[in-house]
Amino acid sequence: MFPPLPNPSTAPGPARFGDKDLIRRSASTVTPPAQRQTEVAKLIDVSKCIGCKACQSACLEWNDQHEEVGVNTGVYDNPHDLTPASWTLMRFTEWVNPETQNLEWLIRKDGCMHCEDPGCLKACPAPGAIVQYSNGIVDFVKENCIGCGYCVKGCPFNIPRISRVDEKAYKCSLCSDRVAVGQGPACAKACPTQAIVFGTKEEMKKHADGRITDLKSRGYKNAGLYDPPGVGGTHVMYVLHHADKPEIYAGLPNNPKISPLVELWKGVAKYAGFAAIGALAVGSVLHRLVAGRSEVSREDETNAQRLAREEETKERASP
Amino acid sequence: MRRDEIVEGDALHPGDPVVIDRYSTAARFNHWMTAASLVLLALSGLALFHPALYFLTGLFGGGSNTRAIHPWIGLFLFLGYMGLFFRFWKVNLWTPTDGTWLKKLHVFLIGHEEDMPEVGRYNFAQKAVFWWMGILIMISIASGLVIWEQYFAAYTTVDQKRWAVLIHSVAAIVMICIVIVHVYGALWARGTMTAMIKGRVTGGWAWRHHRKWLRELAADPKANRGTATPAE
Ligand code: HEM
Ligand code: SF4
Repeated sequence: MFPPLPNPSTAPGPARFGDKDLIRRSASTVTPPAQRQTEVAKLIDVSKCIGCKACQSACLEWNDQHEEVGVNTGVYDNPHDLTPASWTLMRFTEWVNPETQNLEWLIRKDGCMHCEDPGCLKACPAPGAIVQYSNGIVDFVKENCIGCGYCVKGCPFNIPRISRVDEKAYKCSLCSDRVAVGQGPACAKACPTQAIVFGTKEEMKKHADGRITDLKSRGYKNAGLYDPPGVGGTHVMYVLHHADKPEIYAGLPNNPKISPLVELWKGVAKYAGFAAIGALAVGSVLHRLVAGRSEVSREDETNAQRLAREEETKERASP
Repeated sequence: MRRDEIVEGDALHPGDPVVIDRYSTAARFNHWMTAASLVLLALSGLALFHPALYFLTGLFGGGSNTRAIHPWIGLFLFLGYMGLFFRFWKVNLWTPTDGTWLKKLHVFLIGHEEDMPEVGRYNFAQKAVFWWMGILIMISIASGLVIWEQYFAAYTTVDQKRWAVLIHSVAAIVMICIVIVHVYGALWARGTMTAMIKGRVTGGWAWRHHRKWLRELAADPKANRGTATPAE
């Protein structure tokens, strides 16, 4: 067992992190703080999850979100996808293990992974609408969000959702407001089996090691930690009993990376674009200086007059 | 008599200088509506294109408003271009002269237009602007609809949206480049701006830049509004 986070004091105190701890701010350059805070992480042990959805309820409750009453289509997933209100979602998969022929019920708590290299933030055009704190939390700042949907294109995990009510983007905040006062995320607090635990990233990795050893001893020889290096690691990690096949867990990406299309769009395309526009502007000025203007001469006017007169006469002469 | 290069409303008025009606009021309104839409689209689009230009959102009442308004201006650009298209597509059709003209582009660029083949209502470069803008506007609309989050988010996959936003920004840059050349050309050739402002050009201008068009106008009894009354 991982010792549950002790309840913090209720006495008011200063926030443990804030604007001074930003290491990234969308569409802005920030000078990172001299000292980085200890990185935090949430660890989701898929093997311990019983699919009770207490985390989903706790998330809605703490963040004061209200999900619409949905429709049952014969699956456990409820709602059927992440929404602007549901920032976390239990995704259920029935999987037949080809080695044992056992039906395995895989349950994965989906939500923002709090990437070390966040694609959402990279894609965001609005200054300060997405921020990353030095403890690893990636947060959306509603006041600065313009609702363009670029974060959706940037995210390798398909997480952000844009509300049709206020045209702003929403996703899991890792309960940055709770963490700022020494609490853990609401989902972790509510989880009855400690499938969700929260602490420093180091602690979480160590805790995961113990869980993986245990799972291996029970025959899950491919048990492992999901902390994908393609996005620099994440601050939400999974313990998977089949870590060699993350995609069986409702399409958890195997080796996620920011899409090369997004890298191109946010990289070369900008520089090449400005270079092309600049080159033509400079080219035009140079052409004007070298070639001068194209002038219509007196002679051109006389030629036109002669032509008009000749043709008119010809017209009239012909029947 | 051939009227390949003439558009309804073109007329030649003899005098000193010869004055030619090139663009009707409706055509000019159509052009400026298209131009205004394009400039507003470029400004609102560039605001989101790079953080250094985000301040341009101020022109449209902030980031959210810029995001919301930009695709609607696209609609006006579309209508504007369609108007111009149906007015002028015929005189923008490719002719063999365009190939010869392109081969001598360097001569044109150094200002020796007298050594260029005679061209009709539009030269190769103008036709290229006409067709390329049409193609790029269609590409912008198609890709723009895909990334129009507010109304069309549900119809495409995230990967399709990634392609669309990349294509949209590249098409926008190319269009902006074409507009720079287009505007520069209009300013470079003196006497051209009056065509789009007052609708008229002088005979000398037509002789120098669009002689084939001028010849057709002069030879056309309907277009050549000669002063002399017809002989009885
Ligand atoms: C013709 C129909 C068009 C439609 C429907 C359209 C739609 C869009 C949409 C939905 C966006 C995303 C931001 C937002 O939601 O406002 C966008 C971005 C953009 N648009 Fe358009 N647009 C059109 C035409 C144009 C044109 C003609 C230009 C340029 C001359 C242009 C330049 C841009 C640029 C530069 C961006 C930013 C791309 C980036 O962030 O890299 N658009 N457009
Ligand atoms: S999972 Fe998606 S939304 Fe969350 S930090 Fe990574 S890129 Fe951003």
